[in-house]
Amino acid sequence: MAIGVKKVARPRQMSGGETLYLLEILRGLGVTMGHLVRNVFRQENIATIEYPEVRRVMPPRFRGLHRLMRRPDGTPRCVACYCCATACPAVCITIVAGESPDPAVEKYPVRFDIDMLRCVFCGHCVEACPCDAIRMDTGWFTPPEHTREKLIYTIDMLLEK
Amino acid sequence: MSGLFDLVVSVVRVAVMLAFTLSLVPILVWAERKGAAYIQDRRGPNRAKILGLTLGGLFHPLADALKLLFKEDFIPDGAHRLFYQMAPMFALAPALMTFAVVPVGPPVVIAGREVALQVADLNVGILYIFAISGLAVYGVILAGWASNSKYPLLGGLRSSAQMISYEVSLGLSIIGLVMVFRSVRLSEIVASQGTLLWGIVPKWGVFVQPLGFLLFLVAVYAEANRTPFDLPEGESEIVAGFHTEYGSFKFSIFFMAEYVHMVVGSALIATLFFGGWQVPYLADSGFVLPGGAALGLPGPLVLLLRIGAFVGKLLFFAWLFIWVRWTIPRFRYDQVMRLGWKVLLPLSLANIFVTGLVLLLIGGGA
Repeated sequence: MAIGVKKVARPRQMSGGETLYLLEILRGLGVTMGHLVRNVFRQENIATIEYPEVRRVMPPRFRGLHRLMRRPDGTPRCVACYCCATACPAVCITIVAGESPDPAVEKYPVRFDIDMLRCVFCGHCVEACPCDAIRMDTGWFTPPEHTREKLIYTIDMLLEK
Repeated sequence: MSGLFDLVVSVVRVAVMLAFTLSLVPILVWAERKGAAYIQDRRGPNRAKILGLTLGGLFHPLADALKLLFKEDFIPDGAHRLFYQMAPMFALAPALMTFAVVPVGPPVVIAGREVALQVADLNVGILYIFAISGLAVYGVILAGWASNSKYPLLGGLRSSAQMISYEVSLGLSIIGLVMVFRSVRLSEIVASQGTLLWGIVPKWGVFVQPLGFLLFLVAVYAEANRTPFDLPEGESEIVAGFHTEYGSFKFSIFFMAEYVHMVVGSALIATLFFGGWQVPYLADSGFVLPGGAALGLPGPLVLLLRIGAFVGKLLFFAWLFIWVRWTIPRFRYDQVMRLGWKVLLPLSLANIFVTGLVLLLIGGGA
């Protein structure tokens, strides 16, 4: 078998005008000025999303902020089984269980905090939940806050979402 | 009395020029950031607000300056304390000093005395510019060396090599102009650009010395360390070059120096090659068109038009600095040296030779 000869593509020889460089610079200046003029007069075409005012529409299966579901009577669906806290690789879920006043339900979460600074948004808690009490379908990611305390979401905040 | 008058005039001229140059800096920073954003299909700064007004991001340079002012003013371990602190001053002062000889308008008569609209009307104007702008490189070298760090040192080395190479072409590219206008005094160069060439074209430097203009433009970009010649601070290779180890207001002085260099460079291009404060076909009494048509204008309006023309030209070339920066990528170091020594230098020598030959043949030198 003969050794295959590979033809490497070389840049083509520059023409006289191109080696002079100045005309090409002028053309380049034309390109950039074209972009500038177009963007100044047609600002709506700029791809930038003005973040805090305008929210990006996330795809429907986007795995975002958690929310806790409620039963039809309004109590949290969570039974404080600790499955999510056990599955959580980032150890960001803190649950304190209490005895439920409802005789049909054994336990309910007195505290259910998610530390958003630790959460890695893996979705294991959602997979682990036997009651479909926690979902990550809010379609949004963690908003910025000025203090760390505000990023520890409590059960009330999670039920509100 | 006349001594007091001179003193007041001098102080006012210095104050106005200084305020003008320094107030252009935040405007240029804003134009740079906003222009870059629009050229790159972005929006650019639009967040800083005063009383709910953003003015298209005009407050961002102000906010940056305030922020830098309040940062810790540190000196790194092992830095040469004196030179480290002197370097920013050496960078800014020559840039500001160069502007002193640039005339912003024709001489005006105040209280029966003629007052030149420039800080100093030196009879060695161009030589003064070269002498002072040659000092600018010391700021960069001192900063690079005194920081006691490898990247600043590399930036300082590059910068010294680059600025010394391009200073040669910068000086030689103007010789042709000096031969044509027969003066190194900037006010005289501007005044003689008011005449017409063949009765139609204004006798601007760019029309009598097109090659000289091109060489000067390239050399000025290299002198001001602006893209495509911003190797001294090539951030992809040597972090930030000579000012890597600088923070707080010392850094912002380097930053200001860069923009003042741009202002001064633009002012020089406008003065030497685009008629300075001259407006085409505008005489002292009003517009006089080549066809013989004339339009009389009052004296103060003519003066305003001329100062406005100078400022307009200056702003255009300052914008050209910014425009070019966001168009052309940085040269490689060997390309910069090749362009400086093997292209610009021979071309500027050839330009001097051809200019002399033409002047000899048409007897314009006599």
